[in-house]
Amino acid sequence: MLPAFHVNLHGSHERRPCKFFIYDMGDNTKGAYAPDQRGYYGRFGGAYIPELLRPCVEELRRNYEQITNSPDFESEFKQLLKDYVGRPTPLFLAERFSEHYGVKVYLKREDLCHTGAHKVNNTIGQILLAERLGKKRIIAETGAGQHGVATATVCALKGIQCIVYMGEKDIERQAPNVKRMKMLGAEVRPAMSGSRTLKDATNEAIRDWINNPADTHYIIGSVVGPHPYPDMVARFQSVISKEMKAQLKEQTGKENPDAIIACVGGGSNAAGAFYHYLDDLDTRLIAVEAAGLGVDSGETAATSVIGSEGIIHGSRTLLMQNAEGQIEEPYSISAGLDYPGIGPLHAHLIASGRAEAVSITDEEAIKAAFFLSRQEGIIPALETAHAFAAMDHIKYGSDDTIVINLSGRGDKDLGTYIDYFDKYVGK
Amino acid sequence: MNGIKKLFETKQKDVLNIYFTAGHPGLHDTGTIIKELADAGVDLIEVGMPYSDPLADGLTIQQSSSIALKNGMKLDLLFEQLMEVRKETDIPLILMGYFNQVMRYGPEKFLDACQAAKIDGLILPDMPLYEYEENFKEMFESRNIAISFLITPMTEEERILKIDKLTKGFIYMVSSNSTTGGTASADDERLAYFKRIEGMNLKNPRLIGFGISDHASFSAACAHANGAIIGSAFIRALQSGSDLRQSIRDFVRHIKSPVTAH
Repeated sequence: MLPAFHVNLHGSHERRPCKFFIYDMGDNTKGAYAPDQRGYYGRFGGAYIPELLRPCVEELRRNYEQITNSPDFESEFKQLLKDYVGRPTPLFLAERFSEHYGVKVYLKREDLCHTGAHKVNNTIGQILLAERLGKKRIIAETGAGQHGVATATVCALKGIQCIVYMGEKDIERQAPNVKRMKMLGAEVRPAMSGSRTLKDATNEAIRDWINNPADTHYIIGSVVGPHPYPDMVARFQSVISKEMKAQLKEQTGKENPDAIIACVGGGSNAAGAFYHYLDDLDTRLIAVEAAGLGVDSGETAATSVIGSEGIIHGSRTLLMQNAEGQIEEPYSISAGLDYPGIGPLHAHLIASGRAEAVSITDEEAIKAAFFLSRQEGIIPALETAHAFAAMDHIKYGSDDTIVINLSGRGDKDLGTYIDYFDKYVGK
Repeated sequence: MNGIKKLFETKQKDVLNIYFTAGHPGLHDTGTIIKELADAGVDLIEVGMPYSDPLADGLTIQQSSSIALKNGMKLDLLFEQLMEVRKETDIPLILMGYFNQVMRYGPEKFLDACQAAKIDGLILPDMPLYEYEENFKEMFESRNIAISFLITPMTEEERILKIDKLTKGFIYMVSSNSTTGGTASADDERLAYFKRIEGMNLKNPRLIGFGISDHASFSAACAHANGAIIGSAFIRALQSGSDLRQSIRDFVRHIKSPVTAH
């Protein structure tokens, strides 16, 4: 087992020694919030999957820890995160933003990752895993297209066939990302079943995997799905909080901030930003969900508020469902938060009181996006804008240090932002 | 005695199990379909509880589920329909659905409703074995409701033995690794799998499902198991025919005997 934080300027088993941080894989297997043997976080998680899917999931479960802990894997993972993704991403003290709120706010700049969001941390990890499992074909689901693009990217990097399932409705709504995936060589297959959005694209990807167990790996995009996915994806994203600790130490003298704020759809960027702080109870964890038009409007994605316990995509967690257990379609202006469930880790963190949940409406998120743009010269993704808007809802002391995980950049959302120019920019 | 158990005591060969989705094609067709299937000589009927996210099912059953939900099918209505049809037939009935439906309805309440409608068995493909063993076994057994688990060509021997131990109705042998409605894998591969399971001398009867669509595939499956399960092909037949009763009678007749060429 590697030490908790491992700086190695003369790495002996590195292909080329990194000059800066050297990442080890997330290791929280013994913490109070680590999953148990069956993949449960408290009462959430597990693997509720048909027997047909079991061989695929079992192969992964049996091998993922061994592979991701191997020196060969770690070495290539670190190298790609550094040279291809551009890590470490900066931790930036947002001075004008801080001044406005009267509290020190640091931004973890995941928007500066290759492809424009944190998603690629996970797809890099999973493509390396797939290679080592001998898989020749990659499938993925995508909603807004960010995870699809991040998957198509790593498949191009490795020359592996890539098929991305995307709801028929989302294909219409997110045309530029469909084109990006195609330019990267991926095949985009429309999910025509159910509500023809993200949850159905996920179902289609799972069905594809059932039908192609031998040669295919499914790169899931968030900390959702059957065990071991929530744990595995959280580990790949844990590099975010690993870097945060070192950077905060360097810049403030203290590893732990008073609070970390991150948006949650399925919850992968939040899982990464929280991961190494889960057992540090002096750091508040704030999970920001999309309220859509309002939590009581019927048009929302605030799963922890209006959801209930159940099973979605093979995981026991909180989800939006009707009295019959039929899964309901969420709504948010941000396609990345438009998911009817929440990862089992987050369900556990919220249910146990370790994390605070905040719900932000479309309107509040849009306002926060324009504010951050003017205040710091950073246009955030719509998803990320929800995390910034949470500043208006949480309590803090003036001596506090807060980190907001700036999970993605806003280029992809310009079309939506333009609709609000009259209100926030002027004609 | 449990209806499934009773059936296999008297019939060990060529058992025909037909699946349909409740609420499809019409909301109130449940009773008609069950009675017609029973009259046509089907041995077991699997009633699908339509679900928004049927992970194990292929396009045909997904679409029938969507239609059934749009038609307004709900579990309370389904249980009413089943209570009603129970006045006219005692054919063994199995409910098939997803674990979330049972959890949300409340497992005790759900099983009580099953017992009231004299449901003989349940198939919940995404219920983990340990959930059943640790939390539900007593609940099922005290109500005399049989559980059937699925095995696939990739299920390990040790697990098959465990499934055989926990199963009370029959073992659902998935013919190949695919979602429902798919085509079967290569013949020799399938045959080897059928024979391997046949040779294990399991205590439960075995029914083969997935990819069974006509007399030929039904007969082939029956040669190596106690019978077979047909779902997607039956649903397609219901969709293509204009007269529901006639479609059902024709379909079952064609499964049971070779179609004469016109």
